Amino acid sequence: MSPPPAASSQPAAGSRIAEVFSREAGRVLATLIRLLGDFDLAEEARQEAFAAALERWPVRGVPDNPSAWLIHVGRNKGIDRIRRHTAYRDVILREAASMGCEAVQEDEPDGSEVFGDDRLRLIFTCCHPALSPEARIALTLREVCGLTLQAVARAFLVHEDTMAQRLVRAKRKIRDAGIPYETPDPSMLDERIDGVLTVIYTVFTEGYAATTGNDLTDESLCRESIRLGRLVDVLLPGNAAVLGLVALMLLHDARRAARVSGLGNVVLLDQQDRALWDRAQIAEGLELVERSLRSPAQVSRFAVEAAIAALHVQAADKSLTDWPQIVGLYEVLLRLHPTPVVELNHAAAVSMVDGPGRALALVESIRARGEISDYHLLHAARGKLLARLGRRCEALDAYQAALNGAKLDPERRFLAERIAELTEDGGGPEPAIRSDEVSAKLAIRARSSAG
Amino acid sequence: MQYLLMIYTNEREMAALGEAALTALSEEYAQFTKSIVQAGNFKAGDRLRPAPTASTVRVRNGKPVITDGPFAETREQLGGYYLVEAKNLDEALALAARIPGARHGSIEVRPIWVLGQQ
Repeated sequence: MSPPPAASSQPAAGSRIAEVFSREAGRVLATLIRLLGDFDLAEEARQEAFAAALERWPVRGVPDNPSAWLIHVGRNKGIDRIRRHTAYRDVILREAASMGCEAVQEDEPDGSEVFGDDRLRLIFTCCHPALSPEARIALTLREVCGLTLQAVARAFLVHEDTMAQRLVRAKRKIRDAGIPYETPDPSMLDERIDGVLTVIYTVFTEGYAATTGNDLTDESLCRESIRLGRLVDVLLPGNAAVLGLVALMLLHDARRAARVSGLGNVVLLDQQDRALWDRAQIAEGLELVERSLRSPAQVSRFAVEAAIAALHVQAADKSLTDWPQIVGLYEVLLRLHPTPVVELNHAAAVSMVDGPGRALALVESIRARGEISDYHLLHAARGKLLARLGRRCEALDAYQAALNGAKLDPERRFLAERIAELTEDGGGPEPAIRSDEVSAKLAIRARSSAG
Repeated sequence: MQYLLMIYTNEREMAALGEAALTALSEEYAQFTKSIVQAGNFKAGDRLRPAPTASTVRVRNGKPVITDGPFAETREQLGGYYLVEAKNLDEALALAARIPGARHGSIEVRPIWVLGQQ
């Protein structure tokens, strides 16, 4: 134990304690959940352990192994709470006591391996496929990342009460359905890792390209998801899919500053100021994507997406982008992860190699299937291709459909500008005819969807 | 924990199966049942007669009202069940995935609510 701090060093001790709390909060919670067998009880116990530390550490100094101290105190506080809770007493007390034999001791030299396992358990539990996708994301942000309830609610634009409800229901399902607090069996590990990575990537995407609101990006969500990806990489070292995802997020995030103009408007990749890209982050992303692709494991879809992002950032100039190779990678991605959005991105890449005609045919076939006919970027892509083909009226229709579906203000401004450009270019009486056509089409669509 | 694994299959498709396919399926079920009995997971399990044999009872204003058929018309019908002992949901899901019916129908996995538990 370090000696008690002198009065003059109090502020330093205070900031040291705060730093220990923010660093250890996640692993302390993860281990307390295992020891106490209940999420809510573990959170309360951690709270009490932190309160006890705030009382004792300034006087007796910060212990050598602060997380072991916090876990030890938290476990005892938790068991006290169970004792007070008579309804549970008989069942849980016996369990907690039997689990206590493997509890860490205050003076245990190094329990980092045990803590690491607990954090991994917590991640797999929060991302369990028996929970709804929304619940997985909310639980992960709250329990693994330690975001406040307010922050989690704000990230997904729902009311705090709604988010609190969602978390309560999810924790109840974990308890009642017997969702294990364990690293999955090797037979299902890959599939479960994929589930975890999907949660992390969804958080990142929401931060990188928010779906509603005034701002295009939410830096805090990007930061949290990258931090989480790095944590999973530490806990499951060398996993190709994990490396691929971290690389993908780093490479996208490196361009974040260049994606939004000073006025908060969208700047497309080919117009971005490459000097604003974060070179150090790009270098790290490139190294990770190479490591992922070199791994003997099956190629992960995240690694392929990262390789595509890598080709974009490696071009010194937009005209030097290796589009044929990007098209090839999208074809690999379509085999690993066939979704309409991947198809749409593939079509956009095709337009750079084979021209807008062939790309438009691909986009029209996606549109005809109707799975993503509400997706505004489908219409925006169509608009762009039609404009390049000189089919101005149809391009205007498509951009208008994109504008109708876009919820994010900067995207709406971007689409409104494209519409304005096309209207100025041609002039003449056409727009009036067009608006009649649009309303006729909308009426038909409304009738057919009603029937 | 105990879990009820409910086997939902499309009865019309099942009825259309040929003699040989039915025999093979029964054999698979027999093997699966034997394996979970040996592993200690098995508590109970049965096949159910088809949905048209079902009756539904509701008591309204103190009087039982009996109707013909299952509670709701769905594409898949409850055709059988296993009651198993499993250490957690993952083990129960792994058992459910081995039920032959999981390949063409779906298995709903529900924890048993032990009397007195919160």
